[in-house]
Amino acid sequence: MSIETAEQAQDIILDPVTLTVIQAGLQQVCNEMDLAFQRAAFSPVISETLDRSDGIYHRETGELIAQGETGLPVFVGTMQFSTQAVIARARNPQPGDVYIVNDPYMGGTHLMDVKFVRPFFYKGALYAWLANTGHWPDFGGMVPGGFSAKATEVEQEGLRLPPVKLFKQGVIDEEILSIIFSNIRIADQRIGDVKAQAAALMVGDKRLTALLDRYGADVVDAAIAELKSRAEQQMRAKIATIPDGTYEGTAYVDSDGVVDEPLKIAMQVRKEGSDLHFDMAGSSPPCQGPMNSVLATTKSSIYLAMKHIFPDVPINAGTFAPLHIADPDGTFLYAKYPRPVSGCAAEVSQRIAEAVFDAIAQAIPDRLFGAPAGTSGNFALGGHDPDTGKNYVLYLISGGGYGGSLEVDGLSNGCSTIGISKTTPLEVVEQRYPILFEEYSLAEGSGGAGKHRGGFGINYKVRIARGQARASFVMDHGRTGPNGAQGGEEGGRNAVRIRYADGRVYDPPHLSKDQDIRISEGDSVEVTTPGGGGYGNPLERDPDAVMHDIQRGYYDAPEAERRFAVALTADGALDIARTASLRAERRTA
Amino acid sequence: MPDSTPERLNIQPQQPAGKMVGVDVGGTFTDLILIDPTGGLRIAKVPTTVQNQAYGVMSAIEKTGAHLADIASIVHGTTTTTNALLERKIATCGLITTRGFRDILELGRRTRPKPYGLIGSFEPLIARENRLEVAERTDAYGHILTPLDEEGVRNAARALLDQGVEALVIHFLHAYANPAHERRAAEIVREIWPNPYVTIGSDILSEFREYERGTTASVNAAIQPVLDRYIRRLTDELSGKGYANELLVMQGNGGTVSARIVAEAAVNTVMSGPASGVMAAAYTARLAGYPEVITYDMGGTSSDVGLILGGVPAVSAELELEYALPIHVPMVDVHTIGAGGGSLARIDEAGLLQVGPESAGATPGPICYGRGGARPTITDANLALGRLNPAGLLAVDAPVSIDDVKRAISEQVGDKLGLDTDQAAAAILAIGNMKMANAIRMVSLARGHDPRDFALFAFGGAGPLHAVALARELAIPKVLIPARPGITNALGCVVADLRHDYVNTVNTPLAAVDMDQVATILREQVAAGRETIAREGTEIEEITVLHDADMQFQGQTHILTIPVPGPDVGREYLEDAFAKAYWERFEVELPEIRPVLVNLHTAVIGRRPAVPLTALIDKAQQAATPAEAVTARRAVWFAEGDWQETPIYRREKLPLGGRFEGPAIVEQLDTTIVIEPNCAVDVDDLGNLIVTVRSI
Repeated sequence: MSIETAEQAQDIILDPVTLTVIQAGLQQVCNEMDLAFQRAAFSPVISETLDRSDGIYHRETGELIAQGETGLPVFVGTMQFSTQAVIARARNPQPGDVYIVNDPYMGGTHLMDVKFVRPFFYKGALYAWLANTGHWPDFGGMVPGGFSAKATEVEQEGLRLPPVKLFKQGVIDEEILSIIFSNIRIADQRIGDVKAQAAALMVGDKRLTALLDRYGADVVDAAIAELKSRAEQQMRAKIATIPDGTYEGTAYVDSDGVVDEPLKIAMQVRKEGSDLHFDMAGSSPPCQGPMNSVLATTKSSIYLAMKHIFPDVPINAGTFAPLHIADPDGTFLYAKYPRPVSGCAAEVSQRIAEAVFDAIAQAIPDRLFGAPAGTSGNFALGGHDPDTGKNYVLYLISGGGYGGSLEVDGLSNGCSTIGISKTTPLEVVEQRYPILFEEYSLAEGSGGAGKHRGGFGINYKVRIARGQARASFVMDHGRTGPNGAQGGEEGGRNAVRIRYADGRVYDPPHLSKDQDIRISEGDSVEVTTPGGGGYGNPLERDPDAVMHDIQRGYYDAPEAERRFAVALTADGALDIARTASLRAERRTA
Repeated sequence: MPDSTPERLNIQPQQPAGKMVGVDVGGTFTDLILIDPTGGLRIAKVPTTVQNQAYGVMSAIEKTGAHLADIASIVHGTTTTTNALLERKIATCGLITTRGFRDILELGRRTRPKPYGLIGSFEPLIARENRLEVAERTDAYGHILTPLDEEGVRNAARALLDQGVEALVIHFLHAYANPAHERRAAEIVREIWPNPYVTIGSDILSEFREYERGTTASVNAAIQPVLDRYIRRLTDELSGKGYANELLVMQGNGGTVSARIVAEAAVNTVMSGPASGVMAAAYTARLAGYPEVITYDMGGTSSDVGLILGGVPAVSAELELEYALPIHVPMVDVHTIGAGGGSLARIDEAGLLQVGPESAGATPGPICYGRGGARPTITDANLALGRLNPAGLLAVDAPVSIDDVKRAISEQVGDKLGLDTDQAAAAILAIGNMKMANAIRMVSLARGHDPRDFALFAFGGAGPLHAVALARELAIPKVLIPARPGITNALGCVVADLRHDYVNTVNTPLAAVDMDQVATILREQVAAGRETIAREGTEIEEITVLHDADMQFQGQTHILTIPVPGPDVGREYLEDAFAKAYWERFEVELPEIRPVLVNLHTAVIGRRPAVPLTALIDKAQQAATPAEAVTARRAVWFAEGDWQETPIYRREKLPLGGRFEGPAIVEQLDTTIVIEPNCAVDVDDLGNLIVTVRSI
């Protein structure tokens, strides 16, 4: 039936209006799914920080047809891989079925990203797949929240589900649900997320049916095929603006959390005609700790990096066609069972994107930028509140500086490269958990120097107000700061420190990763997040802009002299003559 | 539909109401409407005087020929504060805040302007050197952990004055739970502060979320001196010309406030323009018998969409005026979508026709404006298809011909897509309409409503041109076009009531809420509103109070707003109402999870004397039958049936109670209305056109 439809589609002539209308119509179906999911979800990670995505996928190939505009960027590519995994294993899908899957090796990310996949039937035949992903606050495993820094096999990271039918013809399977709820923390609120996630797919089902009723299945089929080829054409037009050649980019992950050695991402990008070839062969081998990346996440990271560089290209399977990614076999970027992977979606993905930026910045510097902070700043605190008698899991994320660019300085406290999530207000965190913030401030000096400097990271300090807790961190850029571009300096580095009430201090040996640090009332956790990389030579920064930075307290005077060669007079004004001579000296040095 | 508790006041029988003036200052024009209850309506339209809007207001009044001494009330809608914010022409502000947290206002909540692209900028309203910290700390339950450093407050205030700060914000963590420190700090500051511009964060908004509350307070401080100076100038001008009564100012919540106290909560005047349009729509639609309405005000670069539920405009406290600039005071929930008459048509790199979000704006504007615009817009497509009268082309400064417009559409769109000129113009229109319809759908869905349950109320210069086509796209059965679509905002000023909104955070599981405390909060909010209205001294007929509760399930972050019948509401009522509302919105039942009472909201509304809408129409001009209102015919293009010889009706000639069928064009001074084929039009008693949209 479906193949027949596809053949009929060949003969359909689409007028340009219908094509645009169907493009917007498919987009609208996905946007409405995004909205339904986000408004009804319980997990603040989904409702508040929008760590979710919804899309429509091809009935046979599982390729992406359309995706919600406010979906989490890192899910751009991964969901088609997980849908393909469901298609490969689904036996006899029925209307109203919903598969649940979170297996990282089957087109996934980390275990906390739970996908629901629903076959969509139109007039009795399978027409497409609807799928969504939501980040659940916990999916079991050795640390609350799932961001282990020290797991050495995936079983330690949580419950792993291959595609199983959680809903059978619209009815939830209570037995499967009970297995899940018996294996995760804070399970009592998750029923709300399960219902919200399934309800979003139902919204998609209704709206896609209405679209097909209006335009006809064969016309929409033809439009989907045409839109795919148009998106490819558009991506090719963008790629054609990059000069032919081979560009090398590099990025480092601090360590895998277990072995204290940096992991290298070697990104070779070869541009030929309107194609880009990505090769990561020179990257580090698979690692013991959880900083391995599964293939779906590795590919998706490259896709989202290209989308950041060319934001106006629409997203469907055609967009990715000119991007050829060689399987990075034998590296930590192609993890296979049972390698632990909990750091891939939040951290390694951002390093991969950074390596792409680093390479392409050499080719088209006017469109690029210094590297962004590029860490999600995951900090999980699992503890017991003696006042309520309950256990809790607090999960904080943080932002950092973005890189400078051709026209402007970088943004301060920007969201992670792979996310669009806002942080939870401090007042909400203090309402819900027995902790107190002592500071939440701009990390002065953290913006990388450049003609246009990087944006600033933040400092925050959290004190345990009551009871005992265990702190875990999965962050990055503790060893090296985000790269500058075009002669800009690197941004400030990430730092974590535990300050005990008795005056002792503990710095994690792996700098940005650790887990199960026992702390209790009066102890505090201090975090500094990275600043963005600078863009262009700092000696070319307008001295007035540096004076402005000093006035704001972003840099102090000695720092300004050291990093920007801007000198001040005794009364704090710009010393024009000395600035000029300092800059001349540095240039010849 | 929100329950209301009308409470009659002991007010002496009124004298016949005097002349009422509503004057709305928009981006381009200042519109004035003068209603004389004894008969007669005067309308004036003058260019907005950007530097000082008061000049435009005065010249609009002069244009009516009315004597200010004879006018009973003037209600003024102003964009002074919105413009000041968007253009950052604001007062130099300072902040005194909790030690360790002065950068909250600069760091925001870790965002970027758009999901994709990592280049962007943000400047906080208060510069970093003007943000100072003092020792003090309150926890989430309102307990004081660190006492206020009073000497520190004094020193900080002095330092900020030395640095040239004019307006000050005092914003402490958890002040919504216990405002004691903020209030004490304000007392200390006021001893030395040379002007009244001291904003207490929790006074403006007593709600948790430190970035949003602090930014809202900063907005208040930033525009307070600007508004204060402007209102003083205007009241001086008015009283100098003999005006002896009260000047009222429109607020973003759709209510008015006395000019004497408007600057105290200056932030409430942001977005007052769009709010007044929705107020007029609610008033008109209610009288016409349509309590559930989507409003659609289409302008040149963007369009505003609002919802009216049960005759009352939906209010929201979640506006984000621009990137990272949240303003969380209650305002009429108007959503701006990036499509208007000036939206540009282009062929994208994939070879697809796209319309907007890029706009030709007012300058150069559409090609047909004759101001140098060279790229086709929605307005140009309307002209090419005869939906707008080609004769109108002559009215501009440097006229272009209809052939120029058609040639541009053909060359820039048609040739690239293999379409002839008509098809290309029709394609621009179809895609523009579809984008607008999708945006309207998202706006209503995001608020939990299906557009099919509403009537579409179209106003603004271009709204009526597209409304019927949009309604068909959205399966909306009725379209309402008011008698004077072009002056809806000014009308909104005249019909708006006094209104003050209050919010307090409870944030406790419903089962554990002290219901006596709920009653106390609601009663105190009512008392505060009554006191403010008494202070204003404006003539009102009655006071109406609306209460709402924001609720959520434990662990959720999104809230649902539930109407509350009165201060003595019971726990079971809230529980049931919430469960019902949740089902209606999400079709999900969650008996497993406990509900939480988050905020209590009270609106205290002082009803002003009713305004007769019949003043908007002139029966003397009306013909006996609709057929006699047809003054011309021209060929007009419709999606159904291509080009058709179409009757052109003059709006003012249409008789009340008349009925006619589409296809038709209705022309009037301030707009053109397109009636699609297979639609019927009724002219109601108030002169509104009620279009019945049949599906095709």
